[in-house]
Amino acid sequence: MLRRLQDVNVLDLVLWVFRAVIIVIVVWGTIATLIENPYPAQTWTETIVAGIAQGSLYALIAIGYTLVYGVLFMINFAHGEFFMSGIMTATIFLAQPMSETGFLDNYPVLSLLLITIVTMTVSVAIALLTERVAYRPLRKAPRLVPLITAIGASFFWQYFFRGLYGSEVKPFPQLASLAGKVSLGGIVILKTHIVVIVAAILMLIGLYGFVMRTKTGKSIRAVAENKDVAALMGIDVDRAVSITFAVGASMAGIAGVLYAIVFRQVHFFMGFIPGIKAFTAAVLGGIGSIPGAALGGLFLGMFESVGPGLFLEGLGIPAPHQLKDVIAFTMLVLVLIFRPQGILGERLAEEKA
Amino acid sequence: MAILEVNNIHAYYGNIQALRGISVTVEEGEIVTLIGANGAGKTTTLRAISRLVNPREGSIQFDGEDLSQFKAHELVYKGVAMVPEGRGIFAKLTVGENLDMGAFSRDDSANIQEDLERVFDLFPRLKERRSQVAGTLSGGEQQMLATGRALMANPRLLLMDEPSMGLAPVLVESVFETIQRINKEGTTILLVEQNAMMAFQVANRGYVLQTGEIVLSDSVENLRQNEMVQKAYLGVE
Repeated sequence: MLRRLQDVNVLDLVLWVFRAVIIVIVVWGTIATLIENPYPAQTWTETIVAGIAQGSLYALIAIGYTLVYGVLFMINFAHGEFFMSGIMTATIFLAQPMSETGFLDNYPVLSLLLITIVTMTVSVAIALLTERVAYRPLRKAPRLVPLITAIGASFFWQYFFRGLYGSEVKPFPQLASLAGKVSLGGIVILKTHIVVIVAAILMLIGLYGFVMRTKTGKSIRAVAENKDVAALMGIDVDRAVSITFAVGASMAGIAGVLYAIVFRQVHFFMGFIPGIKAFTAAVLGGIGSIPGAALGGLFLGMFESVGPGLFLEGLGIPAPHQLKDVIAFTMLVLVLIFRPQGILGERLAEEKA
Repeated sequence: MAILEVNNIHAYYGNIQALRGISVTVEEGEIVTLIGANGAGKTTTLRAISRLVNPREGSIQFDGEDLSQFKAHELVYKGVAMVPEGRGIFAKLTVGENLDMGAFSRDDSANIQEDLERVFDLFPRLKERRSQVAGTLSGGEQQMLATGRALMANPRLLLMDEPSMGLAPVLVESVFETIQRINKEGTTILLVEQNAMMAFQVANRGYVLQTGEIVLSDSVENLRQNEMVQKAYLGVE
């Protein structure tokens, strides 16, 4: 009996207490909120839809983290800047002038298409340049080196674009056709949220098809597993890595356009927080896994949106929505305590990390 | 003319010299084997031929062309394929996808289909497990997959790195039967083996490697008679 007690590690004990406390708080808060019932049903549905839309954005950005990690085992912290660079450029050179001349509202579909093309092109170009100049020479270096380089690249692009476009927040024009809400089967939803959710679903399905079905997609998966053997098959590993960065950056570019449509503003620092959140989403879902990134993004977006009202309101915490980041990262800690490999991750990830 | 000519190559891992002047010649249609203990440099020799290791000195010619001008991924386009050490299958890809990757260098889909049939004919097991994830295959099946995948490139020269490693004796037999059959169908083979007994049954000529050097090279018949080979590799007292 005594020996068995000694086997229990103090750290384990602390962790168990920690888990128990968090679960009790969450359950207690939820019950208290539901009894109090402070919001009408419409608010809940709106919060849920907003959470799905936010989660869709995270999912699209998280794809870039997860793809690059899958292939190079590297966390590309500059990914948030790939997201920022495209939409910043398109806003200044395309969206704002088009809005002033009235082109945007006369031809909304064509305008959005042009904006998307320019955004993706710039995002992909920045990603390819970063990979070629900053990451490729370090491919054989110890893990920590490319990681630090990625943080450096992130700062470089932030201040590069700040120097280029200025540090103020730039408005992204509102599209008249996307203003307001529609009612879908009794649920009232913002039109922009519908655009975000539908676009994200289409992009994720397309991406999954590309990676699973096409020859190029298969070659990327082969490179992710074993670079030497992939080369023996005739796969140009450098080219496969470039394609991986390009695919991730084009997803981030799309996310940039959707972000601008919803929040109607862009600035040089806009990639930082969504980047960190998307990275969190990728880890939550199981980094290296594409469905994991999508699920992790959705999960994080939902908790951020619904969590504060549901868990904290009932505990009598004032202005709970300001604590959404606390909820988001507590979720990360919780998931990682119970499932270190993430929701859909494989145990293999531990060996690789 | 020799299809492969390895001429006095020296290779290093960092500061450690792995190869000290290896020369190997393979004629079209032959099976040539490299035997030797662990760390003798057999795998490094194959890696040097397939350009995964860059030798500091010496030259490697395939079909009269100097291979040092090519990168590893360009070699399969020249007609060199490899069954790597430890098989190196893509564990998360399906059997079919692994075979697709073997044919990555080709775009003649009609002929690829033909070669796929040939591989399935050689290894009916792979056909049964075509849509199964490769990591779930047994060791013997993984060896079949690695061999089949290399054949999907329709190579002129096949480099095989210890195909018998970790297999039960009855499976080893069938691996060597397959090697003979592949060779009869027209593929030249350079075979690295620790199992000298089996290697000698299929090969025409052999090289004995010790600590990065070739200590013997002869026809298999003569190697079998050699006292040193008998003692060290065939277990004859």
